Amino acid sequence: MKALEFQNVSFSYGDGAFAIENLNFSVEEGEFVAVLGHNGSGKSTLARLSDGLLTLDKGEIRCFGIPLNEKNLLTIRKDLGIVFQNPDSQAVASIVEDDVAFGPENIGLSREEIGKRIDFALRATGMEEFRRSMLSRLSGGQKQRAAIAGVLALKPRMMILDEATAMLDPKGRREIVEVVKKLNEEEGITVLMITHFMEEAMLCGRAVVMNRGEIVMQGTPSEIFERHEELLTFGLALPRIGVICKRLREGGLNVPDVLDPEELAKEIASCVS
Amino acid sequence: MRIVAEHLTHIYNEGSPFAVKALDDLSLTIEEGEFFGVIGHTGSGKSTFVQYLNGLMRLPSSKKRRKKKGDRTVLQVGEFDLTRKKTDFRALRRKVGMVFQYPESQLFAETVFEDVAFGYKNFAEKKPTAEELERVVRAAIEETGLDYESVRNASPFDLSGGQKRRAAIAGVIVTRPEILVLDEPAAGLDPLGKREVMELLHKLHGDWCKTVVVVSHDMDEIAENCTRVAVFSDGKVLYSEPPRELFKRAETLQALGLDIPLTAKLCAALEKRGVPIDCDFTIEDFVKKTLARKGGESC
Repeated sequence: MKALEFQNVSFSYGDGAFAIENLNFSVEEGEFVAVLGHNGSGKSTLARLSDGLLTLDKGEIRCFGIPLNEKNLLTIRKDLGIVFQNPDSQAVASIVEDDVAFGPENIGLSREEIGKRIDFALRATGMEEFRRSMLSRLSGGQKQRAAIAGVLALKPRMMILDEATAMLDPKGRREIVEVVKKLNEEEGITVLMITHFMEEAMLCGRAVVMNRGEIVMQGTPSEIFERHEELLTFGLALPRIGVICKRLREGGLNVPDVLDPEELAKEIASCVS
Repeated sequence: MRIVAEHLTHIYNEGSPFAVKALDDLSLTIEEGEFFGVIGHTGSGKSTFVQYLNGLMRLPSSKKRRKKKGDRTVLQVGEFDLTRKKTDFRALRRKVGMVFQYPESQLFAETVFEDVAFGYKNFAEKKPTAEELERVVRAAIEETGLDYESVRNASPFDLSGGQKRRAAIAGVIVTRPEILVLDEPAAGLDPLGKREVMELLHKLHGDWCKTVVVVSHDMDEIAENCTRVAVFSDGKVLYSEPPRELFKRAETLQALGLDIPLTAKLCAALEKRGVPIDCDFTIEDFVKKTLARKGGESC
């Protein structure tokens, strides 16, 4: 089943910035997809169209088979959760557990069910020890994990992370990516991760590159990274390890493109004496 | 202007149950002309320290300090002695420019010109003439790589993310500071924007500000760019040395919860496999030294 499907979707902001025209794009249930693109390439627009924060001009968007329209909007938002970029602007309460409870309360669940949902969401994000902490006292990575817990408490079938790691330090970024990867593998939640960190895209099953509102490249992360020259023209840089592999090859050391430093070290060690 | 700090201690909420020691008898010297990196995990004291450099943080009065026995605090930025109350902090702030994290969130004026001019007018001894203002603002905007004619009358809020950041930096360098301090200058930008900001900093370091101090979490950027790096931990400086020396301490740094550059990870992994590579941890040098190990025949 398709978790998310764009059929001939057109959209413009009306100020001539850029437009999405006849976009076709889909994500299968259970997939972990990365959307890459430089600032202003349309990747966040894609996220905002998906859950109806922006209204499309033409075409159709379906989420788990249900067409996105005003009538179905709330149903779809139960299935599709979004985590945004700024950890400070998406909290609604001051205590972690209250913040996580907001979603389930809003859809009118019973008290016991809300309790269960909170337990589940905090456990899945590794935030149990912060249950009664003030959100303002948490690190950026912890705040974002709380935001993910808030989305999880609604038991969504799909999550979109709209540059949810962009404002975090490397440690915070790792925390988020690990949590999301785990949710994808263990809970079977479909994930669409919008990012400009190429390293994060390496963990995904499929990567999609956007430029000026169009999908310009698609494939497994290693297939995408092999096309470095093309990536550069879309304002994306290779991950550092890709740069090193490429330079070593140019210097006559025949190493393949690998993503893990240990693996590259192994390759290099087998080539040099 | 040389920066010298000795025995610098800062306690937030001193004397209350919430007292937190942010700086603990810290000593650090930054020489004129350096491209200096400051690293350390959240809460290690690096932000508190850089706020001292242009007097946003002030030491308690000397009277209070004398009460504590044997106060030996030294805090000197060029000719300014920041331990003294009478120091001209206005003059200091003109010489030490500070670019905060996400500086674009501090843009406020209706046009880019007005925004950049604000800092200059604020610090000028007497009201600058229109020609003078035009000259300095144009120079600052062009130095950051923006096209003066096309942005001068634009609203800073209509610029792209990378352009906003440039405009915000222009508003700081317009007073021609000798020392430029930046907190995470490349955070939140895409890879291309990141590279452009780092290139801008090198350009500024060459022809605009003598000393650049960068607070960053991005170890790869630190390894590529800095002449020396200070590692902050629990309000102290653990190491202050060139990246070449520092990133040999891979295990110590990782134990502190800090990342290390990719090149250092590769060097550590290669060393374990019996292929030590002695490089300065820039990609350039790593590739060169690795290729030098290559035998005659390719594999």
